[in-house]
Amino acid sequence: MRNPLDSLWGTVISGVILTAVLYYIVKHILN
Amino acid sequence: MDLVPALARWLHFMAGIMWVGLLYYFNFVQVAALKAATADATNAGITKHVAPRALLYFRWAAVVTWLAGAALLGNQFVNAFTLSKGMAGIGVGAWLGTLMLLNVWVLIWPNQQKILGMRPASEEEKAIARRVAFLTSRANVVLSIPMLFFMAAGWSHRGIFVL
Repeated sequence: MRNPLDSLWGTVISGVILTAVLYYIVKHILN
Repeated sequence: MDLVPALARWLHFMAGIMWVGLLYYFNFVQVAALKAATADATNAGITKHVAPRALLYFRWAAVVTWLAGAALLGNQFVNAFTLSKGMAGIGVGAWLGTLMLLNVWVLIWPNQQKILGMRPASEEEKAIARRVAFLTSRANVVLSIPMLFFMAAGWSHRGIFVL
């Protein structure tokens, strides 16, 4: 499997997914 | 007196724009440009004149951004980093920014020094340094996306987390 960080799109999409995951954690678990 | 937080926020924005702007320059422009320039043997200009200057502003802008951010948090610094109730949003942003700062100074800069010939390294060590610096830089682009979200929404607009 290719490393998503080798492509710019893979990098940006990884960042957006991480944002959604962290948002869920902050909104529903930490706050 | 609101002068100190206002100045800290101003400095945090300016240094942060320089830091993340140069991070995006490296990843969206220089990596591809260097590949093309290496193919037609015109890469020396970038590696000798552009990259060292960009890295200089990049790594020190990271330090200034972090310090100004810490000043801006003020007496909420510990509450942010311990993700206390109501401070978890900006706290996550602060942790992401801190991880990015560590990546710059612990992984990117030492490996870039080997790549650019500022530190002695064999060809094999340079190849490893290139991969580590590249992946760490890309990881920082990934981290910058939620970091900017939590910086923008985590404190001044924290209502987004409690609706």
